[in-house]
Amino acid sequence: MALFDEFPSLGRTELRDLKKGIDFAFNDFSRDNGEAIEHFFDPLMFFMVWFEKLLINAPWPLMVLIFAVLAWLGARSIPIVIGTIVSFLTIGWFGMWEDTMATVAIISVATALCIGLGIPLGILMSKSNRVQAVVTPILDIMQTIPSFVYLIPVVMLLGIGKVPGLIAVCIYALPPIVRLTNLGIRLVDKEVLEAAEAFGSSYRQKLFDVQMPLALPNIFAGVNQTIMMALAMVVIASMIGVKGLGVPVLRAVSNQYLALGLMNGLAIVALAVIFDRVSQAYGKRLQKHRQGGHDA
Amino acid sequence: MPDIKVSIKNLYKIFGPKGEDMVPKVEDGATKASLLADHKHVLGLNNVNIDIPARRIQVIMGLSGSGKSTLIRHLNRLIEPTAGQVLIDGVDVLAMSDAELRDFRRNKMSMVFQKFALLPHRTVMDNVCYGLKIKGVDKAEMVERSQRWIDRVGLAGFENNYPAQLSGGMQQRVGLARALATDAEILLMDEAFSALDPLIRKDMQEILLDLQQELHKTIIFITHDLDEALHIGDNIVILRDGAVIQQGTPQEIVLDPADDYVRDFIKDINRARVLDVKSVMEPGASDTGLSFEANTILEKAMPVMSKADVTSANVTQDGEVIGMVTLADMIGGIARPESHESEQVTYR
Repeated sequence: MALFDEFPSLGRTELRDLKKGIDFAFNDFSRDNGEAIEHFFDPLMFFMVWFEKLLINAPWPLMVLIFAVLAWLGARSIPIVIGTIVSFLTIGWFGMWEDTMATVAIISVATALCIGLGIPLGILMSKSNRVQAVVTPILDIMQTIPSFVYLIPVVMLLGIGKVPGLIAVCIYALPPIVRLTNLGIRLVDKEVLEAAEAFGSSYRQKLFDVQMPLALPNIFAGVNQTIMMALAMVVIASMIGVKGLGVPVLRAVSNQYLALGLMNGLAIVALAVIFDRVSQAYGKRLQKHRQGGHDA
Repeated sequence: MPDIKVSIKNLYKIFGPKGEDMVPKVEDGATKASLLADHKHVLGLNNVNIDIPARRIQVIMGLSGSGKSTLIRHLNRLIEPTAGQVLIDGVDVLAMSDAELRDFRRNKMSMVFQKFALLPHRTVMDNVCYGLKIKGVDKAEMVERSQRWIDRVGLAGFENNYPAQLSGGMQQRVGLARALATDAEILLMDEAFSALDPLIRKDMQEILLDLQQELHKTIIFITHDLDEALHIGDNIVILRDGAVIQQGTPQEIVLDPADDYVRDFIKDINRARVLDVKSVMEPGASDTGLSFEANTILEKAMPVMSKADVTSANVTQDGEVIGMVTLADMIGGIARPESHESEQVTYR
């Protein structure tokens, strides 16, 4: 019963050849196309460089003011605005201003990109069960595969730098917005949809007057999750050359600098809390119509 | 015969992957239960034929699962039939292209829903404007027309409230105003008042009858409540398991139920509120000097007789005496018909 003693695996040579084959094929692919793909992303890279410089070079009081105004517009809450101002001032006081601005820059671009890609994809998924069946497992993979694994092909293709970092962040941060857009649209009250249909709505009228507004709370939860997950990727992205708060954290890990790691780690936490509270408060305000005396 | 607005011909709906193949089986006498057991298909509508007259209230009633909501959704094609025709003003709705169908839904027919189906993120005003906005009516006219209907259903002052801030009855007034605002000739009402509590429901029925007095729309009203059906319907269709069991005026249904199912339905209703003096009169003339119009209901006539302390009265139609009624006739009419205890029927 030799069969049961040892798992019938591929031989060592076959395995080596298989791995080699895949590696060489991808190597060839990236040698032939790497440059073209890199050029394709050039505009994005120029934009990111410009945006990061803009945030870093802007006078800090102006930036703090802008963050305070944004927090106010989003949350309409004095405590959150004060918290935002205090957090940024503290971050600056501890000498982390530039890294923080770099992180804010990549998070903003990544979130915008994820929203731009994720909402249309989520809408598509909600319209077709077939698309949903195809996309769902891909999203599962994107969320669960260890980030280091997809860093390998990204770096092989594009080298290290801002764009591969952005792609790595987006792979991780995209799924929640897609999922929650899909879910939100699918959960829209069937009778309300029927009413829209009965009054002769066109496809666009249904989508923009009924489905999107009613799915908004869920879509917004998706945006919130996307921001949080993008922030969570900051340290890993710094491994492939993205500037920001991740860089000192990484240095702290490899050199056992407890204080450095703690300070930059807490700065990431502060950003996360601010983004989360502001975006959640904004999401709640979008639903003020739900607060009524009687809820059906 | 009044002119026919909506004509439903040989309509079948069978839910399931191979619905069309099931039609011949239903024609050969398969029932809802046997179709489900043998072929795993659900019989929604079984050879429905109804002619709905213009400018009247047509009630379609049945218990849950009888296919009434399925039927009403065929009229504006929210559900596609398996076989059959729905003619509205002679045009087959089922043959319309997508664009024609949209146009038809925007202009010809509007709908009121059981759970109101209002847009929760829009104010009362915006909800009432909804149908007009889809039609592309310009803003000033839209607001003016909507305001008129908001006032008409008694919601003036609530224009800027959100639906969640209103009670159920008020929400359904919004639903009604939204449906009326498009000026569609046909109004579909799918259990429109069923979710409301009894007093509010009564209220809404009066509003509807009141509006109908001046609007004369073709209203198709779905309900499972026989009292409601008898109260507001000019004509009633009774459905069971997707098939039409009986159609007729409220009087006809109460006086001459088609089978035990219908008989069971009507056994608990207030007959005095449905039957008129004409339906229980006898030949001859009374000398009491009291007379009633032929369509006076017994509930109104009896106290008048009792107050006048007489036992008979004349029945008049267009000013002519066409017969007489006695108190005995009336009591006979109100008395419940013999029940058929021997035949115990159960309904799902």
